[in-house]
Amino acid sequence: MQDRKTTFIPVESLLTHFMEVVPPLRKKDAMDESNRCLYCYDAPCITACPTGINIPQFIKRMAQENMKGAATTIMDANPVGASCARVCPTEQLCEGACVLNDASKPIMIGMLQRYATDWAIENNEVLFKPGEYNGKKVAIIGSGPAGLSTARELARKGYKVTIFEAKELAGGLNTYGIVSFRLPQSIALWEVDQVRRLGVEIRTSTCIGKDIQPQELMGEYDAVVLAIGMGNVPDLGIEGEELTGVYDAIELIEDTKSKELDDRFIGSRVAVIGAGNTAIDAATCSKRLGAVNVKILYRRTENEMSAYPFEYEFAKQDGIEFRWLVAPKRIIGEGRVQKLECIRMELGEPDASGRQTPVPIPGSEFTLEVDAVVKAIGQTRHLELIEAFGLSHSHGVIQVQQDTFQTSQAKVYAAGDCIFEKGQGEAMVVEAAQQGKLVAQAVDRDLMTDADSEEIAS
Amino acid sequence: MADLRINLAGIESPNPFWLASAPPTNSGYQVMRAFEAGWGGAVWKTLGEPIINVTSRFAALHYNGQRVAGFNNIELITDRPLDVNLKEIYETKKRFPNHTIIASLMVEPSQKKWHEIVKQVEAVGVDGLELNFGCPHGMAERGMGSAVGQQPDLVRQQTEWVKEVAQTPVIVKLTPNITDIRYTARAAAQGGADAVSMINTINSLMGVDLDSWNTIPHVDGKGAHGGYCGPAVKPIALNMVAECARDPLIGIPISGIGGISTWKDAVEYLLVGATGVQVCTAAMHHGFRIVEDMIDGLNHYLDAKGISSVRDIVGKTVERYSDWGHLNLNYKIVARIDNDTCISCNKCHIACEDTSHQCIERVPDETGKVRLIVREEDCVGCNLCSIVCPVEDCIEMVEIRTGEPPLTWNERQAALTKPDSKTG
Repeated sequence: MQDRKTTFIPVESLLTHFMEVVPPLRKKDAMDESNRCLYCYDAPCITACPTGINIPQFIKRMAQENMKGAATTIMDANPVGASCARVCPTEQLCEGACVLNDASKPIMIGMLQRYATDWAIENNEVLFKPGEYNGKKVAIIGSGPAGLSTARELARKGYKVTIFEAKELAGGLNTYGIVSFRLPQSIALWEVDQVRRLGVEIRTSTCIGKDIQPQELMGEYDAVVLAIGMGNVPDLGIEGEELTGVYDAIELIEDTKSKELDDRFIGSRVAVIGAGNTAIDAATCSKRLGAVNVKILYRRTENEMSAYPFEYEFAKQDGIEFRWLVAPKRIIGEGRVQKLECIRMELGEPDASGRQTPVPIPGSEFTLEVDAVVKAIGQTRHLELIEAFGLSHSHGVIQVQQDTFQTSQAKVYAAGDCIFEKGQGEAMVVEAAQQGKLVAQAVDRDLMTDADSEEIAS
Repeated sequence: MADLRINLAGIESPNPFWLASAPPTNSGYQVMRAFEAGWGGAVWKTLGEPIINVTSRFAALHYNGQRVAGFNNIELITDRPLDVNLKEIYETKKRFPNHTIIASLMVEPSQKKWHEIVKQVEAVGVDGLELNFGCPHGMAERGMGSAVGQQPDLVRQQTEWVKEVAQTPVIVKLTPNITDIRYTARAAAQGGADAVSMINTINSLMGVDLDSWNTIPHVDGKGAHGGYCGPAVKPIALNMVAECARDPLIGIPISGIGGISTWKDAVEYLLVGATGVQVCTAAMHHGFRIVEDMIDGLNHYLDAKGISSVRDIVGKTVERYSDWGHLNLNYKIVARIDNDTCISCNKCHIACEDTSHQCIERVPDETGKVRLIVREEDCVGCNLCSIVCPVEDCIEMVEIRTGEPPLTWNERQAALTKPDSKTG
């Protein structure tokens, strides 16, 4: 094993594998492309964007070399617009809706958005101002896309906002959960900084339920917003899961964004279980950490996987192998992973969601020689915290009223992945950002109505 | 292949594409390169008393990412000694006897000076003369160029002086910086000019630097108006050529100049009455080689139309160009939108709604897709929707039969004022 590691690349050179893969547009590219935009009236790209960015407007401003105006249009609608420029499935959203799909080729909206927000980052722009303090305080738990978005909107309305973040750095998924070569951490941290500069206090390394109890928050703040996202990957529930060399995909990706890159995968063979976007990220991450062979094992087929087409394409470019209709059965090894026993599957009857249920084919077991197994079969919920707040939930999904984002507790709201239920839209960063805006509106509506009635009463 | 030869007031040329008198025709080296590339003729950079130029000299208008929609300059006439230019004209003509060389001339408004220079340039074998009554900057301040071209009397008088000694055809180049160019064109004809050429450049200030607040271009912090040319001036120039071509008081051939960048532009000039064209900005933007594409495009166009000589298209549009008072008031067209090729950018809708006659409606069909429908009874046939539509041929302007006989404004007014129309 040691020999094999030294045969391959030195660990220092791994760093280059984690640099952003897609190069930015050059100035001429950006100018040509922005001038190509038709500036549609009632443009379908705006409707297709969950945050409703006025896309023709920001592109027109770019074409007029008003970069600050362009960046402001983007970030006004989407507080994590710089991250979304990189991680949004644009061909399903804005670019998919571009009218030029029917005449030539769609405008590269994501790349233009990245160009404009990069400009703001490079020029240290602070794009928004806090509103005049209105005497109300709001606590937000979690500083991911939904939490940041809520905080930004409330701060602009004049609320005193405090974000509580369990991790050392703010930004949540964008800071820790998306591979650096797609979304560099500096981008997410800039978005955090934009929110911080509005006077929002971000208390990192502060875990609600441990360092501060929910009751304290509910007592001290006029409203509490849960934007706590999801947890780690659940267990596979098979033998051998405790062996060294079994990884949680979320933790693996987080390690590459928060620690020095190490040689754990150099020269190794990795099996990733699952075929969502996190599985793809974990697979490409493993490859870039020096793995010689990375296989994605999925119990269904290409047609059922939840990874975006561009993620799938990216993984194939990175040399990731895909094994469809295969499920892990047992991880074998003495102390550390040596083999993975798998079984072949076939698709059976459709389940409640309409997807065909995979069924094992008896006697089809086979064994793969692997050095590591990465689990990427979904994410757990922060059940303990949800219950500590006494919120109604369904299997860890916080139940909220559709328009108000109000939980079963009057002063407590929730947004983002923690209210995301399978089969209801997509757990996208851009969706969480929009929910943050909506929950901020709901909180404002409720607190200001209260304030009005108090005034009338006195 | 069609016959591309032209004959402009007795000046023969292998094709209608000449380089205008400007930086591209500054020297023998350049004009020889141009002839090698295929240009039929060249009007030499204006000869006269050598001047002193400034730096910088040029600036351009870029539009929505496209370079050089318009161009201006504050360069003066040739800054090289006359004898050097004459020697190079002689050498060039000797090497390219079948190509056309015209000497552009500008001297002080004196009969003697004009006589001298005409004799000098004709002695080296030029095919014709072009009197520069158009240059709008610098030289005009000294009583030459457009200072002459803005006064019909001066145009006539100085043309006459030239004609007193000229052996070769005389073209008078006119300035557009005037209320009605026909007056100076008529003056040139009265002075005996064999042809007119138009337009010279239009007075212009290209821009202002938003950071330094200097003009663009500027010379050590100061600017002065320049002469504007390039694609953006074509419609202005085309109108002037067309107006002169249909004016019976002018009646001499026209060499068309102004924003010609492609063979299509050239064909348009010929159709409205130019016998040949002169080009500058396009060559300055792309080099001499663009003439190959102009010749090729013109050839294919003529072949496709079954026209054997380029001379046969000259002036074909003249009779179709008139005054507003002769337009048929009973002709009606309306917009029809092809919803199969429509990409739903809604540009036609908002243009009509905000700035025209509010007759394009957005109507959801049974599938929920919004279709754009023209309320034809309210459509005035203005063309705006089809202009802003990014899809070629998606919006068609179709004729609606009104059943009314043609009636022009002039006819209508004449009928109203007839005595018997009142009595019935």
